[in-house]
Amino acid sequence: MQAFEWEKPVLELEARISELKQFVHSSDMDFTDEIKTLERKASKLRKEIYANLTPFQRVTMARHPKRPTTLEYINLLFDDFVEFHGDRSYRDDRAIVGGVALFEGQPVTVVGPQKGRDTKDNIARNFGLPHPEGYRKALRLMKQAEKFGRPIITLIDVVGAYPGIEAEERGQGLVIAQCIEEMSFLKTPILSIITGEGGSGGALALGVGDRILMLENAWYSVISPEMCATILWRDSSRAAEAAQLLRLTPTDLLKFGIIDDVITEPLGGAHRDHVTTGLQMRSFIRRYLATIVKKPLEVLLEERLARFRQIGKFNEKAMADL
Amino acid sequence: MLNVFKGKPKYMTVRPQEEPERKEFPDNLWTRCDCCGKMIFNKELDKEAFLCPSCGHHFRITARKRLAMLTEPEDFQALTPLVSADPIEFPGYAEKISQAQEQTGLDDASLIGKAVIQGSPCILGVIDFSFIGGSMGSVVGEQLVRGFERALEEKLPVVIFSGGGGGARMHEGIFSLMQMAKTAQAVGKHSRAGLLFISVLTHPTMGGIYASFASLGDIILAEPGALVGFAGPRIVEETTRQKLPQGFQTAEYALEHGMIDAIVTRDRMLNYVGRLLEWHR
Repeated sequence: MQAFEWEKPVLELEARISELKQFVHSSDMDFTDEIKTLERKASKLRKEIYANLTPFQRVTMARHPKRPTTLEYINLLFDDFVEFHGDRSYRDDRAIVGGVALFEGQPVTVVGPQKGRDTKDNIARNFGLPHPEGYRKALRLMKQAEKFGRPIITLIDVVGAYPGIEAEERGQGLVIAQCIEEMSFLKTPILSIITGEGGSGGALALGVGDRILMLENAWYSVISPEMCATILWRDSSRAAEAAQLLRLTPTDLLKFGIIDDVITEPLGGAHRDHVTTGLQMRSFIRRYLATIVKKPLEVLLEERLARFRQIGKFNEKAMADL
Repeated sequence: MLNVFKGKPKYMTVRPQEEPERKEFPDNLWTRCDCCGKMIFNKELDKEAFLCPSCGHHFRITARKRLAMLTEPEDFQALTPLVSADPIEFPGYAEKISQAQEQTGLDDASLIGKAVIQGSPCILGVIDFSFIGGSMGSVVGEQLVRGFERALEEKLPVVIFSGGGGGARMHEGIFSLMQMAKTAQAVGKHSRAGLLFISVLTHPTMGGIYASFASLGDIILAEPGALVGFAGPRIVEETTRQKLPQGFQTAEYALEHGMIDAIVTRDRMLNYVGRLLEWHR
């Protein structure tokens, strides 16, 4: 598995432990206490390292090639799933997947951007960068959920909507606006989870939920750190600094009241243990879905709109002038 | 491919128009047309709604000039002025705001209020590009929402002239992104009450402004040549490594691809919007 630079101290310690174990195995000497001490040290070090990740280290975790993709999450979270294709207008955009799934016996509609697993898959899925038809498909499926009174779960992992010529010609901006607007008024409960990257309008287009959760190593912002660095310093390699400025981590967003909860990942990140990540997510989904499904629809819709209505920081001019 | 947005351009971007010969004139008397290169006497420009008399190029105008072209000063009651609060403490943002305030005389990028256009009462809003690229942060978002809410209360139509090349304002991070949701919802509520929203796209309307309230108008108009789109042309060029088609993301291009209702020149705008408002009264 690909290791991050900041994990190296732990990995070295772990290597020493296993060497020592090998040595004990091939000799008569007893190193049990030493091994225990080292293991405790390794575990402590690991906790320290992962508790103190910089924002950009979290961004890189969110982009880890072995991190579960949306289809993998679907597999981990649901007991059954049928995928539906196409926007009924132009084509099937494989950069967004969706369909009906069973969550602990309850049918739900699930949609989300899909990154590729390997090069071939990535090409077919346009590296997880959706075209307008992808968002139109998502909207079609969400409206279908509304019709049949199914709750919606959106799983969000997208660096941004595709900035391409044809995407522009087919109304990328327009369709994002439509997704945001229509989702806001859908008469069915919506749970949104940012599982990896939450890049700008392309993420928000699927993120207008009644509850918004975020995995511990996910990010969500108005712009990617690379683009922000390019704008500020004409140098995308300074993304780490930009990530610091953008306040894009779950901790920040929870404090700002943008998201409702943070889903803890296994130590070292979701990519290290897909199954535990899935179980952890299931318990959050169970809890939050139950809360929103219980609410009368009028209350739910009113609260959904009120939630976004109050976001923003400004001062009345008269007060600022005092 | 994770870093699709990374990297500097590998080649120069060439402007479509040929660079016209520069002539030296006193700055404050004459303006050179960005499009045809002709020199225009400033007083004439002012008289002609900031259109080039020889090629019809639409010069960018301030929010105040725009308002003056559409409504009488005594007919415009602005909403309570708001000022930005630097929600994510972005370095340099507070200074950028005060600088922009000083340069433009505006509190933020939007000027919104109750107005009368050719006898029709409405909520009229203008976004001024000269204030941090006409980008939308908490103040612009809140002002727009208050405008739509006021319109809903008083059953009025809304007319917004968007000139937000900056889209969502980076310096307010997630708060700017959320203004997209907030404004789209305000349009939705207003629209679901059966009320009219005319969205006029002026140069340039991009990113988070185009991808929220601005493309949700019942009627979407644009000024000739206005840049309209989601991703900026440079980003598209860098990501796709393709040559951009002639006139890419211009109002004319958007019209051809079915994204807007009509292109309206500035000198016809007042009558055009006035007539639409009249028909929806």
